[in-house]
Amino acid sequence: MGSITKTGKKKTKSVIPGFGLSFGITMAILSLVVIIPLCSLIVFSSQLSFHEFIETVTRPRVLSSYRVSILTALAASAVNAVMGLILAWVLVRYDFPGKRIMDGLIELPFALPTAVAGISLTHLTVEDGWVGSFFGKFGIRVAYTKFGIIIALVFIGIPFVVRSVQPVLEKVEKEYEEAASMLGASRFRIFFEVIFPEIFPALIAGFTMAFARSIGEYGSVVFIAGNTPYETEITPLMIMSELQEFDYASATSIALVMLLIAFLILFVNAVIQSYTSKIVSGIE
Amino acid sequence: MKIRNNQGPLKWFFIGISAVFLFIMLILPLIYVLVTGLKKGISVYLAAVTDEYALKAVGLTIEATIISVIVNTVFGLFAAWTITKFRFRGKKIISTLIDLPLTISPIIAGLIYVLTFGRQSFLYPFLHEHGIDIIFAVPGIVLATIFVTFPFISRELIPVLTAQGTDEEEAAALMGAGGFRIFREVTFPHIKWAFLYGIVLCTARAMGEFGAVSVLSGHLRGKTNTMPLYIELLYQGYDFTGAFAVSSILVIMALLILILRNLLEHRGKSEN
Repeated sequence: MGSITKTGKKKTKSVIPGFGLSFGITMAILSLVVIIPLCSLIVFSSQLSFHEFIETVTRPRVLSSYRVSILTALAASAVNAVMGLILAWVLVRYDFPGKRIMDGLIELPFALPTAVAGISLTHLTVEDGWVGSFFGKFGIRVAYTKFGIIIALVFIGIPFVVRSVQPVLEKVEKEYEEAASMLGASRFRIFFEVIFPEIFPALIAGFTMAFARSIGEYGSVVFIAGNTPYETEITPLMIMSELQEFDYASATSIALVMLLIAFLILFVNAVIQSYTSKIVSGIE
Repeated sequence: MKIRNNQGPLKWFFIGISAVFLFIMLILPLIYVLVTGLKKGISVYLAAVTDEYALKAVGLTIEATIISVIVNTVFGLFAAWTITKFRFRGKKIISTLIDLPLTISPIIAGLIYVLTFGRQSFLYPFLHEHGIDIIFAVPGIVLATIFVTFPFISRELIPVLTAQGTDEEEAAALMGAGGFRIFREVTFPHIKWAFLYGIVLCTARAMGEFGAVSVLSGHLRGKTNTMPLYIELLYQGYDFTGAFAVSSILVIMALLILILRNLLEHRGKSEN
């Protein structure tokens, strides 16, 4: 239908009134909130000297913060991909008491302020905490280590994977599974050869969103990380500490590297999505 | 319509894993906040949450949340209407820009506002002359909150409006209805639940924003401290009971929001 109307009405004006007003209001607010601040970032960045930029973003302490941020975000998103897939599967395919509560809980990390999650997870995982003392028996420290950061990021990222996979899993046609089952395929084979290819793009999208969110996360991580230089300092914290010293040039330089990483992730996701499936989006 | 081979021990194994994971990751932190907040007795708890600075932090959080919900509601409705009901060039760029705050780290969000309104900005002389303080003051906090919740309402509306198409609006327009009337009587009934859902999400994120607000706040007790910032302050001062007591208000808010969200989703589904 889209293509017919597109060719048929390309030049004609829409009959629905109010374009000017609603476009104007949209652009005015968009400019104030997003475009002007973004432009000031670009203007300010263009005034940085290239030499200083490189010098700032390759300081050893900053370099190790990229490593901490990327590794912990990758690990947490991988955990979330597996757990998110299991949760989505359980919520779509099984009936059991308490299912609606479980489904409703998934969004908790969106609703709970990150600082609250941060201090609570920290206190749970310190050596004499409820969870920390359990791990302590095996000689594992959680709070104030990279493991702690991963825990906080798993908390933050879990809804992204579940809510990305769940609707797709609901739409997977059961006929194919039944056909495969009739033909004698095992349950694992049905899952990996029939269902998994269908939900793979959604899983990657969920993973990417969780990763993008994790790498920029600040509130829940600062408390649990302990912020030891070279060990548990994340990149957003580096930006924050430059800002607290009013060193806007350094803060902006590091922020530009982070933005680059974030866009790279989104780009990779877009490439994977267009290879594996038609992109379903609301916008032409 | 469950498939036969979905039953059996594997089912309970997966349900078990899910339940344990959710309990440890999501429920335990909530219980911990409530238990620790109340550990030293109800009077200490009440003293912590009715502290002068705590109440001021609650007030500022409510203020920032209400303003950002209003701004984002106006924006969300107009943006979703513009993007889904009209054809024009640059639509993709606009929708990318709207979604941008979702992918930007809150710290970077704070940074770009500091660069826009701070001392080194070209706007600064003008703002200074007129005595307008934005960063390290309440307007900065409000702006940061608007920014991080910016896409929340429009993103809920756009898919619903896209699925609905433009036929009904076109018919109404041909019969002579004006823009606002079309919106109120034709479009709005379709998006009612998605709209309320968006507001709920926006409220949740607005009251809890920490990173961006932290950059733009001057951390002045009683002036520019929102609840999450006040909790950080108490926590860093080793007043754990106080920190968890104030946190418990946010936990209760979060639970209310979750319940509301589920009710709305349920209503929306049963109506469509």
